[in-house]
Amino acid sequence: MHPLLTKETGKKFLLLGNEAIVRGALEAGVAFATTYPGTPASEIGDAFFRIARESDLYFEYSTNEKVALETAAGAAASGVRTICSMKHVGLNVAADPLMTLAYIGVRGGMVIVTADDPSMFSSQNEQDNRFYARLSSLPMLEPASCQEAKEMAREAFEISEALELPVILRTTTRLNHCRGIVTIGPLKPPENKGAFEKIPSRFVTVPATARVRHRVLLDQEEKARDMAVKSPFNTLTGEGPWGIAASGIAFNYVADAIKDLGIEDKVRVLKLGFTYPFPDVLAEEFIRSAEKILVVEELEPFLEENLKVTAHTNSLSTPISGKGPGLFSRLYEYNPGMVREVIARFFGVDYTRPESIDIKEDGQQVQLPIRPPNLCAGCPHRATYLAVKTALKETQTEAIFPTDIGCYTLGILPPLECADFLICMGSSVTSAAGISKATGKKVIAFIGDSTFFHSGITGLINAVHNKHNFILIILDNGTTAMTGHQPHPGVEVAPQEWDKPSISIEAVVRACGVENVAVVNPLNLAKTRKAVKEALGSIAFQSSYQRPFVPFMKGVFLAKKRNASLKSGLNATLIALNALIHLHALRFIKIRIPMAQQP
Amino acid sequence: MDKYRIYLTGVGGQGTLLATVVLAESAIYAGYNVVASEVHGMAQRGGVVESTVMIGDIKSSIISDGEADVLLGFEPLETYRAIRKCSAGSVVVSNTVPVIPYGVAIGKGSYPDVDKLLDFIGSKVKRLITIDAQVLAQQAGAVLSANMAMLGALAKSGALPVPKEAFEETIRTKTKASFVETNLRAFELGLASQ
Repeated sequence: MHPLLTKETGKKFLLLGNEAIVRGALEAGVAFATTYPGTPASEIGDAFFRIARESDLYFEYSTNEKVALETAAGAAASGVRTICSMKHVGLNVAADPLMTLAYIGVRGGMVIVTADDPSMFSSQNEQDNRFYARLSSLPMLEPASCQEAKEMAREAFEISEALELPVILRTTTRLNHCRGIVTIGPLKPPENKGAFEKIPSRFVTVPATARVRHRVLLDQEEKARDMAVKSPFNTLTGEGPWGIAASGIAFNYVADAIKDLGIEDKVRVLKLGFTYPFPDVLAEEFIRSAEKILVVEELEPFLEENLKVTAHTNSLSTPISGKGPGLFSRLYEYNPGMVREVIARFFGVDYTRPESIDIKEDGQQVQLPIRPPNLCAGCPHRATYLAVKTALKETQTEAIFPTDIGCYTLGILPPLECADFLICMGSSVTSAAGISKATGKKVIAFIGDSTFFHSGITGLINAVHNKHNFILIILDNGTTAMTGHQPHPGVEVAPQEWDKPSISIEAVVRACGVENVAVVNPLNLAKTRKAVKEALGSIAFQSSYQRPFVPFMKGVFLAKKRNASLKSGLNATLIALNALIHLHALRFIKIRIPMAQQP
Repeated sequence: MDKYRIYLTGVGGQGTLLATVVLAESAIYAGYNVVASEVHGMAQRGGVVESTVMIGDIKSSIISDGEADVLLGFEPLETYRAIRKCSAGSVVVSNTVPVIPYGVAIGKGSYPDVDKLLDFIGSKVKRLITIDAQVLAQQAGAVLSANMAMLGALAKSGALPVPKEAFEETIRTKTKASFVETNLRAFELGLASQ
């Protein structure tokens, strides 16, 4: 049995933040879960994937976040409790359905998990997705601990059904990937059979409907505000002349700092967990009770601005500070020491920072070698990049490399250095068109298999239709490798009990109108090099040829591994790959060390 | 002291995350409140893997510079790189066996002298404990158990209020059944190593 299906109510477990969210949803009787994998949210979908095999819950890895949200929206409109999880930038992809889904609302409770990544541990930006709550007028919860993540995930379904609106559960990396003690509550069996009641005046957003529904949304938003004001997730604690407001992970740093600085009897803390709609009545009470207020929140001044608006609306002149010189930054994640220091400075508390050891004091120290992540040993992408570099060198050709999001983005590192442009999922295909048109230079774009299904196909159709001229290399390793080897629509060797049809990338590419397609095994370097050279030649020598050339790199490494050694589907795939990584490390220890220790 | 902040660092594949969970569960078994934090993602691919375990009355799950009570380093260069997390009062437990970074392996840069790295650390912190975790793990029967040997050395150090029995029970119940015997042997060898 999956550990998150435990029936040991009242027992305490050490859970990952993402696992706590899953458990909370299970305790709410969630019956329908969709996702597109993305760090730091991936473990949510992965847990549902396994749980769906042994319960009545339906789960799918959707092709992208927009698809995931729309699929979930259909189920929620049919009265089924749904959850849709994604990383923060995934909500950009799903923003189109989000904005109008807010108008029509839901019947079954619906929770949208968005996982922000302050400091960009594994992301291309650190946008603050709390603004999506304001933009869409949807209620939002922000947990500070694993226990709270479970409580909020469960409660979000109740809020959602009470308001008939999706609820946003917004986390950050440190919540998703922290482990904390969680007390288990009773499971609720999933009710996965819904019924769709036809109400075109609600669910079909022609302008006449949309105008009505926007008004309904704003009414619901005010009801949600009342709920936020009364919510147990929003609390005022402590007594004293100083005020600190905090939400999410930053609250933990505040709570510890107050104890560390010994100012428990001086501070009143407004802890916000139900952060949108902003609980203005509670905030007003807080502002009135404080001489001065410090707002501690990572990224943008979301609460700070709301507090300032509340103060202004009530003609209160209490100083409210958060972001600014000498205070907090809008950049990167915070840490306990930084928060402690700013609190001490802001309120004038004596505090000396602990003295850390600085390796600059080590007189004999030379430059330390860096240890960036690498493509795994045996990864076919290495061979692909090598073949491309060699083919370019042998033909004395220079090329520009738009790339995409996945393991193969590591091709940016030396000695491969095959990455020149990247903004988001699918941008390789589309930016290649713009770069080649604007420069007239040779352009070779790289995209992975899962990313191609996610958002590469429309760009490819556009390129063919608009006669763009570049080479697209699809790196197919048969899995969504970067986020933990989730299956995607093109998987050929599937996990156990996987009865889903596989969609051929080659057939899709040809159907998009690409005539010049080569499929090669990149570990056959000579053939791959030849394919790249032919592709380069087709652009160079046939100036009238306008269609993108798609060598289609097939990664046999994972596929063969699976055929040969797999006993039980996806789990075994993970083991096989992990074993490979261990082997990699071991070989270095045993063979490389004596060599490296030579002067 | 009612709070303990432990910083763990190593290289992808060394089992630092399993060690993190075993340490956290052991502290819970011993009756303490625990929060832990991990960085997932690119770290798997031969990169640095950092994690934390907080024991006691503490809510924050990450550690600022100079605030680690214990640094558990699974690789000497990474122990050295993470030493900013320590102060003069810290206890450091470090493996002595390097994992050569990819760049060094292909001839870009060189790996520093391990003894010099450890000498510097030893001169700055309250206590430095070094073990050859790979050798101990091999003696135990599987080099993959090096992480358990590290935990053995940590338990022996007395730097934490977690008794060895708590670790042993956690290894028995929370690590993979087929590895339990080897893991326990590696833990005991780590425990006896100082």
